[in-house]
Amino acid sequence: MGRGPSPLTQRLLLLLLRRAASAAPDKMPAVSKGDGMRGLAVFISDIRNCKSKEAEIKRINKELANIRSKFKGDKALDGYSKKKYVCKLLFIFLLGHDIDFGHMEAVNLLSSNKYTEKQIGYLFISVLVNSNSDLIRLINNGIKNDLTSRNPTFMNLALHCIANVGSREMAEAFAAEIPRILVAGSVIQLLAPLSAADQPIRAVVLVVLHHGQREGVVTAATSLITTLAQKSPDDFKTSVSLAVARLSRIVTSASIDLQDYTYYFVAAPWLSVKLLRLLQCYPPPEDAALRGRLTECLETILNKAQEPPKSKKVQHSNAKNAVLFEAISLIIHHDSEPTLLVRACNQLGQFLQHRETNLRYLALESMCTLASSEFSHEAVKTHIETVINALKTERDVSVRQRAVDLLYAMCDRSNAKQIVAEMLSYLETADYSIREEIVLKVAILAEKYAVDYTWYVDTILNLIRIAGDYVSDEVWYRVIQIVINRDDVQGYAAKTVFEALQAPACHENLVKVGGYILGEFGNLIAGDSRSSPLVQFNLLHSKFHLCSVPTRALLLSAYIKFINLFPEVKATIQEVLRSDSQLRNADVELQQRAVEYLRLSCIASTDILATVLEEMPPFPERESSILAKLKRKKGPGNLPDIDDTRRSVNGNTEHNNNNTETTAKVSSDLLALSPAPSAGASLLVDVFSESSAPAAADVYEDNFARFVCKNNGVLYENQLLQIGLKSEYRQNLGRMYVFYGNKTSTQFLSFTASVGSPDPLNTHILHPVDPTVDGGAQVQQILNIECLSDFTEAPVLNIQFRYGGTLQSIAVKLPIMLNKFFQPTEMMSQDFFQRWKQLGAPQQEVQKIFKAKHPMDTEVTKAKIIGFGAALLDGVDPNPANFVGAGVIHTKSTQVGCLLRLEPNTQAQMYRLTLRTSRDSVSQRLCDLLSEQF
Amino acid sequence: MQFMLLFSRQGKLRLQKWYVPLSDKEKKKITRELVQTVLARKPKMCSFLEWRDLKIVYKRYASLYFCCAIEDQDNELITLEIIHRYVELLDKYFGSVCELDIIFNFEKAYFILDEFLLGGEAQETSKKNVLKAIEQADLLQESEDEYLSVKIFK
Repeated sequence: MGRGPSPLTQRLLLLLLRRAASAAPDKMPAVSKGDGMRGLAVFISDIRNCKSKEAEIKRINKELANIRSKFKGDKALDGYSKKKYVCKLLFIFLLGHDIDFGHMEAVNLLSSNKYTEKQIGYLFISVLVNSNSDLIRLINNGIKNDLTSRNPTFMNLALHCIANVGSREMAEAFAAEIPRILVAGSVIQLLAPLSAADQPIRAVVLVVLHHGQREGVVTAATSLITTLAQKSPDDFKTSVSLAVARLSRIVTSASIDLQDYTYYFVAAPWLSVKLLRLLQCYPPPEDAALRGRLTECLETILNKAQEPPKSKKVQHSNAKNAVLFEAISLIIHHDSEPTLLVRACNQLGQFLQHRETNLRYLALESMCTLASSEFSHEAVKTHIETVINALKTERDVSVRQRAVDLLYAMCDRSNAKQIVAEMLSYLETADYSIREEIVLKVAILAEKYAVDYTWYVDTILNLIRIAGDYVSDEVWYRVIQIVINRDDVQGYAAKTVFEALQAPACHENLVKVGGYILGEFGNLIAGDSRSSPLVQFNLLHSKFHLCSVPTRALLLSAYIKFINLFPEVKATIQEVLRSDSQLRNADVELQQRAVEYLRLSCIASTDILATVLEEMPPFPERESSILAKLKRKKGPGNLPDIDDTRRSVNGNTEHNNNNTETTAKVSSDLLALSPAPSAGASLLVDVFSESSAPAAADVYEDNFARFVCKNNGVLYENQLLQIGLKSEYRQNLGRMYVFYGNKTSTQFLSFTASVGSPDPLNTHILHPVDPTVDGGAQVQQILNIECLSDFTEAPVLNIQFRYGGTLQSIAVKLPIMLNKFFQPTEMMSQDFFQRWKQLGAPQQEVQKIFKAKHPMDTEVTKAKIIGFGAALLDGVDPNPANFVGAGVIHTKSTQVGCLLRLEPNTQAQMYRLTLRTSRDSVSQRLCDLLSEQF
Repeated sequence: MQFMLLFSRQGKLRLQKWYVPLSDKEKKKITRELVQTVLARKPKMCSFLEWRDLKIVYKRYASLYFCCAIEDQDNELITLEIIHRYVELLDKYFGSVCELDIIFNFEKAYFILDEFLLGGEAQETSKKNVLKAIEQADLLQESEDEYLSVKIFK
């Protein structure tokens, strides 16, 4: 069985339903409590009295044999014995042993008319159902009987089972049943006239939220609405005002009597949290009065945090603060009320010094998101000393990790030096598990906020000194890129690496950086006799033998650069290159470099040498490779965007939301103003085809889907013409070779082929095809493609020609789809899960469940996913039958990280496909494309 | 909530409740990993930790650890109080509950949990209402037992 879909909607619906069903309490005879099953208790004591593991296993095996014989025996067991034995099996299972029988007896119990037997049957099934799904039909039958039994206690058991097991099979079996019961439920009956709308569930839950008197029912309804609202926000918009009204009643009225729903002096904390959570599915209310009321609620919650506690119990403060943190989440989600944001920040600031570790942890976590709002960024910054202190004094590594995250989030030009220094000093003692991440963060901050690049160089060298093993290639590549691009820092960099290399033991990464920089800029410090060319060379070469092959290769390149920079050491270096340990090195790469460099130094003139070994040209400016790496580690969604202008030092530029909105609008307007040439072309074709083409063909797209996972093949064929394709893609660019084959023996005349692209694609025909295509001939056309942003619509290829006097017109959808711009990304399972989690916003995920159209073959599926463009990740999904992939969609404007997961269910011949990307339109499109392939 | 585990200081599992369908193998793996992780933590450490793509909220009551796995957007503190409320319910039902009560009456511990949580969501947070429901079920059992025993003796 695949990892089930856990149809939350279904379950939450049930949750409400269960409340509804139990609303009318049953009249029970008053009898005193009695004992359970004696045989079971004896067995449990026996087990507990076992002195050794072996004795325990022996006792268990004896019992299993006994139960098995009882179940197999001729004598029919009575309900009580069956119940007892099934309970024993359950207990044995809970001890960690596998149970492979008894399911049938449990199903029998489930079908019993006696409550206690039924109850045990359900318990067994809900704990063990996964290990034996053959019985699912029988189980479902039993459940169905109970659901229709009109006995509320039985109905409850059945509903519990469906809700708690939450498997796809059950959800599918009862999807239609549940809402019917819901509408007929006793509480709901009172409101039946209102719920007779098209959307009974919607009406019902909203009505419950509005009128529900029982807090329990409302709590359940709120969970349900939240889930539904995440799926289709528009349908549940009205819940916002209802939720605000409810919340307001709970929070602001002092006199409200919630009786048992008050928890340690906190009024209905569970319901409050759920209501606040529901409101986070929506933007701030537009209606001023409603918005005012909500603000009042949030203010009251913040005020209450300042009041003296009504109880010293931790439960009181936990419940109160649970509501407070949820309120702060909502404030951050709205990101529109500066006063509230700043108040939230101050409140969290108090928690930073709270004696409860839990509160400190949550405050650090929550403040991290506050730091990315420009309203509260400055307020967050005022807590820097406390956070730094936390980094130094917290005993729990998970809390320190939060402190690092927060420092990173609050960093800007004004405090970068301090924060970087603190992170560096923390790095010396940091937990190994988080060092690499800290290294990346330091490297990014140092680069981002460097005013003075000597500071940057120092910082990175310090990083290598302190945590060389955790400095990934991206980090040291980046320092070299920056030094090469900035000539004001080259001399300083050369001097500093030279000094750093003096240390008797230095990290190999430092040797790499040192070798590269001295090879390029050693001349800048060669004037000083203490760092003369020979001294530099000897220093580097003293490290050579301790280094790995790649580093040695890099050093050899540095040496040949030295020959160019300093003719006076040429002989010394040639000597080194000539030695057997170089020229006959077992490593091919080293040997080749030694041979070639030696030859080059011998035969090339000074001029040629100077040209070949010229200083490296500046690197093109692009996104920092380190930032990309951290994004990969953290997932794009979660990384506070420190590039954003709103974080510039003065910090009071436009509000982010507005900002992005306006830019988006402006750019789309610009596009609209200047129609792309391709659009113009297709317009012409349309006009033309309408006037003169007899059969203005519909766009042919039958073969389109075949090209989703492959790039070559026949796109179109009729009796006259065959169109074949070959294509290749790299990042956001592609090239397509289109072959037109004349299948007849007659010439095609006036042959034209043009492409109409949607806006986000640039297609450019390199050269038009010859207007005549001879019989039996094939002509080729080359198409350059550039993906500007993500897109859904595919370009259309319009072909026209005259064949025997008639004008032929063919339009074919060109298989250029979004996934063509995929670059596979390999990652470890930990990274995958981290990113998966970070792409957890409901709109980022798109999921589809569909029937298999082809035989379910693992290898074929793998090939398709790879063909789709994603990297197929092995060993990530705990279920080996599932497929997991990752990649990045490259467009000119952005890169979108994508994760996908495909879960086959061979039994049902179904698949479930889940796409998570940082952009909802991309998730949707990729899901649509890929789901058609299986 | 995705699942709840109860285990002893010795790492023995006392109760497991899964709200997501997983294979037995996967359940065992998760249990082993989490029990180890949680037991390795020191008393003063915070009750929350990140684990895979979930948040773990745990608390120790006497010799028993109560450990819940919640999703990213779920509220940690309210989950702590879900645990506490469950402990209160057990306590009230068994009368100052101890680990032995849960071992010997594990089925009751399950029934109580089911009255309180449904599909991983708090469904009835009122202590009174939950206990009332459990008592009613007990009464039902009693009346059935009585009925049964009458039948047997006849």
